[in-house]
Amino acid sequence: MQSFFQEAVIPHFNFWIYVIIMMVGLWSVIAKNNLIKKLIGLSIFQTAILLLYVSLGVKEGATIPVLDHHALIESSHSESSEGSGKKAIAINPDHYANPLPHVLMLTAIVVGVATLGVALALTQMIYKDFGTIEEDEVLKKIKALHDDV
Amino acid sequence: MIVTFDIIILVFLVIAAIISLSVKDLLAAAMVFGIYGFLICLLWAEMGAVDVAFTEATVGAGVSTVLIVATILNTRRKSTD
Amino acid sequence: MKAKIFASIAVAITGAVLLYAVSDFPRFGDPRSPANAGVEGGSPSASLYYIENTYRDTKVPNLVTAILADYRGYDTMFETVVILTAGMSIFAILRVLRRDDAPGAPASAPDSSDHSIDGDHHRIIVATTCRIAAPLIQIFALYVVAHGHHSPGGGFQGGVMLGASFILLALSGSLRDTLVRFSEQQYLRLAFIGILIYAGFGFLPLWVGRNFLDYGALSGLLMTSGEEMARSHSMLGVEIGVAMTVMSIMFAIFANLSTRGRLHGGL
Repeated sequence: MQSFFQEAVIPHFNFWIYVIIMMVGLWSVIAKNNLIKKLIGLSIFQTAILLLYVSLGVKEGATIPVLDHHALIESSHSESSEGSGKKAIAINPDHYANPLPHVLMLTAIVVGVATLGVALALTQMIYKDFGTIEEDEVLKKIKALHDDV
Repeated sequence: MIVTFDIIILVFLVIAAIISLSVKDLLAAAMVFGIYGFLICLLWAEMGAVDVAFTEATVGAGVSTVLIVATILNTRRKSTD
Repeated sequence: MKAKIFASIAVAITGAVLLYAVSDFPRFGDPRSPANAGVEGGSPSASLYYIENTYRDTKVPNLVTAILADYRGYDTMFETVVILTAGMSIFAILRVLRRDDAPGAPASAPDSSDHSIDGDHHRIIVATTCRIAAPLIQIFALYVVAHGHHSPGGGFQGGVMLGASFILLALSGSLRDTLVRFSEQQYLRLAFIGILIYAGFGFLPLWVGRNFLDYGALSGLLMTSGEEMARSHSMLGVEIGVAMTVMSIMFAIFANLSTRGRLHGGL
């Protein structure tokens, strides 16, 4: 048991928690009856996936992906005074976190809130038409409508 | 990347997610969801993703909570589960 | 009850499969993982190119902004289009268009839920404070948009903050007063203008025979000293377009959701 924890859980502790959060969200999407609860669960599911992506770009001992601006300007000035022209400035990639997952997830968050707005608008229309936001009552009313026809 | 900070936030994150899905009052659920968004924001700042943390602070903890509250006040506040 | 049992089984199986897959993941924070350094013996990760060459190519120290607006400009452009589409969908789903609440015309009979500042004395402190705070939030949001090259920030964050300042005004005072300052016509126009600014920066390089969104070609038009600075300045223009669209759509979503599409009354 202890070796299982040391080999499987400890090095991937973050990922285990992400999977747990993901499953909490998935369970609520399937099992919850209230539509707004389902949407909150869907958002939690989404954030767990975003967390998974961003953690792939984390580097130990790295700083945020913004270059040290002033140091770069000084180094480029000293190079141009030597007349070497456009020489590549030495940047060690291990010093900066991986920016690519950040970019992809940044846009996904804003798109996520816009689509959450669409889902909430649909919920309001369901409430307007059926007078409830509980899934089983909505289904009952739809069934009654079909039986009448 | 600070491991202790990381673990504390992750534990709180799971607690916040479960609370926001289990309370019966939807307004309380929306508020706890806002707390969840802010914890995610802290986690991202801790991972070095400052731009993502900034976006999450404005979107997750701000706008999406307001949108859920707006919908709750226009529909119903009580939930059966 | 049946749904809960089914959900528990499905979630347990999915979770077990995912946890099994997680054991193959690289260690958390490993700088030599495939995502950070590329596959051994294969090609290096794209992120290495971005970290090493972004400052040389674009003179932008914030790597996230540079990748967002330049290297992956297509992605961001169509993400913005998705946001616009979401706003249009909410307009199509919720908006109730009646002749008596045409934009500009004052509502003939104020809704009973419409608490203006004069009518509700309990709200006056909150409303006044928010009115003072809103311009400060907007100035900070503009700073976030404009300074996204050098510090965390950019079009998305600044746009959401600008939208949030209008949402704050609508929440604390009344939506009707806010819509006088930022009407439906104005925000819908701004949303489309934002996309057009972005697409315009994409189409301009085509005139000189370069690729779509290849900002380096704009150095003559923007009168910059080199292609790097042209890319830097074009990124600012693109970010402004994104901010306009995001701001308008965020406010549009709130305005429609809080009033069930009638755009009067409000919370």
